[in-house]
Amino acid sequence: MSHVAADAGHLETSTGLDNRKLLMWLFLSSECLFFGSLIGTYLLYRGRSVGPPFPVDTEFNGVQYDGIYDIPFTSISSFVLLMSSVTMVLALAAIQRGDLRQLRIWLVTTALLGVTFLAGQAFEFTEFHNEGLSLSTNLFGTTFFVLTGFHGAHVSVGVLILLSLYVMSVRGHLPQEKSLNVELAGLYWHFVDIVWIVIFTLIYLIQ
Amino acid sequence: MASVTAQPGSPLAQAMRDIRRQAGTYQGVWSWIATVDHKRIGLMYGVTAFTFFLAGGIEALVIRLQLAAPNGNVVGADQFNRLFTMHGTTMIFLVVMPLSAAFFNLLIPLMIGARDVAFPRLNAFSYWVFLAGGIFMNVSFFTGGNIFKGELGAPDGGWFGYAPLTLNAFSPGHGIDYWAFGLQILGVASMASGFNFIVTILNMRAPGMTLFKMPLFVWMTLVTSFLIVFAMPVIAVALFELLFARLYDATFFTTAAGGTPLLWQHMFWLFGHPEVYILILPAMGIVSEVLPTFSRKPLFGYPFVVFSGIAIGFMSWGVWAHHMYTVGLGPVANSAFGISTILIAVPTGVKIFNWMGTLWGGSIRMNTSLLFSVGFIAMFTIGGLTGVTHSMVPSDYQQQDTYYIVAHFHQVLFGGAILALFSGIYYWFPKFTGRLLSERLGQVHFWLTLIGFNLTFQPMMILGLLGMPRRIYSYSDGMGWDVWNMIATTGAFMIAASILVFMYNVVVSLRSKEEAGADPWDARTLEWTIPSPPPPYNFAEIPTVRHLDDFWHRKYAENEEGQLVPVVAGGANGEHASDGHGIHMPSPSVFPLIAAIGFPLLAFGFIYDYALVAVGAVFLLFGLYGWALEPATEEGEEGAH
Repeated sequence: MSHVAADAGHLETSTGLDNRKLLMWLFLSSECLFFGSLIGTYLLYRGRSVGPPFPVDTEFNGVQYDGIYDIPFTSISSFVLLMSSVTMVLALAAIQRGDLRQLRIWLVTTALLGVTFLAGQAFEFTEFHNEGLSLSTNLFGTTFFVLTGFHGAHVSVGVLILLSLYVMSVRGHLPQEKSLNVELAGLYWHFVDIVWIVIFTLIYLIQ
Repeated sequence: MASVTAQPGSPLAQAMRDIRRQAGTYQGVWSWIATVDHKRIGLMYGVTAFTFFLAGGIEALVIRLQLAAPNGNVVGADQFNRLFTMHGTTMIFLVVMPLSAAFFNLLIPLMIGARDVAFPRLNAFSYWVFLAGGIFMNVSFFTGGNIFKGELGAPDGGWFGYAPLTLNAFSPGHGIDYWAFGLQILGVASMASGFNFIVTILNMRAPGMTLFKMPLFVWMTLVTSFLIVFAMPVIAVALFELLFARLYDATFFTTAAGGTPLLWQHMFWLFGHPEVYILILPAMGIVSEVLPTFSRKPLFGYPFVVFSGIAIGFMSWGVWAHHMYTVGLGPVANSAFGISTILIAVPTGVKIFNWMGTLWGGSIRMNTSLLFSVGFIAMFTIGGLTGVTHSMVPSDYQQQDTYYIVAHFHQVLFGGAILALFSGIYYWFPKFTGRLLSERLGQVHFWLTLIGFNLTFQPMMILGLLGMPRRIYSYSDGMGWDVWNMIATTGAFMIAASILVFMYNVVVSLRSKEEAGADPWDARTLEWTIPSPPPPYNFAEIPTVRHLDDFWHRKYAENEEGQLVPVVAGGANGEHASDGHGIHMPSPSVFPLIAAIGFPLLAFGFIYDYALVAVGAVFLLFGLYGWALEPATEEGEEGAH
């Protein structure tokens, strides 16, 4: 017993769950409260803006305003992000069966899909800005940009992690035995996806 | 990731390798800077938090000097606002939370029979981020102009910083920015340590230590850690909203744009009430270890105390609006929160009866540690009962924002948390220094503290009922408040004197030649089975646990009449003759420190100049990548992220 490292990432644990995996699950459950608070703020202020632009067609002070949401466009970028979860699963499956070439292909694909989603978000933010919506325009602008901005930041961190894994793999530092690294990145990535599904449903679709 | 070394040519990778190699050779002070040993980190947490305790205490003394007599003119209204804001913020986030974290660090691995926490470098990261946040927060004092002319730059919005009072229009200057960023940074530290201790407690227990064989302090740490990781994200979002409002004119709290001040209040107290239990549950855990040892009896109703702690943890999420009765949520909401608040007193009361049951019929040794624990029970009971008085909505309408509230929360935070933390310090000091604290000085310390505490805060109860509002910087005479205020100020200085006695005690006791030995109290839990101070690897051989209070059962058995009889050689220490050779401990690392430096730089950058944001980001990324790529253990075995 005494010849065992204290840093027990690879030791048998009391619960049988790997330390790092347990950490990731705890982190993600804590993130639920983070996004829950942001989404709660958005819902609290929904429809309470005292001036345009509005997300959906609204009559305000006797004037009819067109909504600025572009649901078809956002649906497509949401679809892109959802597909990235599929490629993430393929990346994990690849490293678990030891196919490192496929691993790299799917890691890069996932990252690219993530970047595509971010580009869509950048486009959407620009469009909204052109429509006169900024962080300080009204409650809609404030809550929308902060909520989706924090989600975008999470996707960006995810892309950074995926690209780091890709570089590790290219340099030969990500062998099959370290598939847990990919699994943890995957857990994070899927979580960020799921949060987007909630945001897309609650913020864009249900009005 | 042993073999992970980036391309030899890359200067960045080369820099990381050099830093890594050097960290292993550090001696003296540098070995503390690079340490990942939970005991050293715990000591650093304790010393740092105590330093902030002195700072927060001096702020309190100035406040009490100002209020000692009517029409005080020690400080002006503006400085007074900044002082009470910093006093509250400091005592909660820089003293009680990190002092609890010090105990988590020192004790959890020892109590569960582990060699370290699950993520030693994450643990070092927690400490450095906490230190960075604490320094950052206090730097604000110097940013308001000439501090010697009394121009303070510290935050002035009170410790719960109600928006919109904290918006630029009502609180110009950078004080609130420091407050909000400072709390964000401290939140990172708390969350990191919360995750770490949950994983450690769930995953690193010695063979045989099932959940219900864990010492009570471990249980309370587990509950507290869950509260931390779920409560902190809520305040993080509230603070981000505040920062977006202050820095970029977001409209979250702008009433003209349709925003409501209630948003901040709900989010703050949704964090704030679990936070109250984050502060007190570790203290309850400490008392639950001290009482059995000095009563020579097991904790009365162990499962009840455990489940009461868990129940408090759950219920703490359903009481937050009792801080907001007077904002007009309506009778239904107020009644609901009134009922839940009365209910949460039940598990707390259960614990108090269990502690008294533990003492009842025990062979009591009235030393300083036990005195502080007993003082805790008495003072905390008063604090808890005054809490019940303002769970009643109509009664609270009278007490809201008066000194009665101030008296109540000091009764639970000082009379509760601080007394228990001192009890813990006297109890575990010999374990980590090898020296006992002087009993004679300790008793002086205790009585001065207890009398000073009651002189300070009981008059505040009366002041509150006489209608003195909190947070006023002066009052005119003829209100009937003069005598009570003078008594309170006298008491505050008595507390200050008691702290000096304590510091003197620490100094002389550390110099004493007399060694404490491994088990000076004839105690019950695993940390007392190993030498004092413990070797870096804690346990030469990982223990196997058969009972709750396993060490006690190794030392004593019961005969047929139910009396205790010592087990022959049962308590012999050093049952393991090994010198720990061949145990691989985690390697020292400075990457957590490098990453931690990034946070205050980021915050300064957002306040003053975006160039610093870039510098902070470089520190953070360099630290995190260096950390992720370095091997975790000495001999380059595969390690955790």
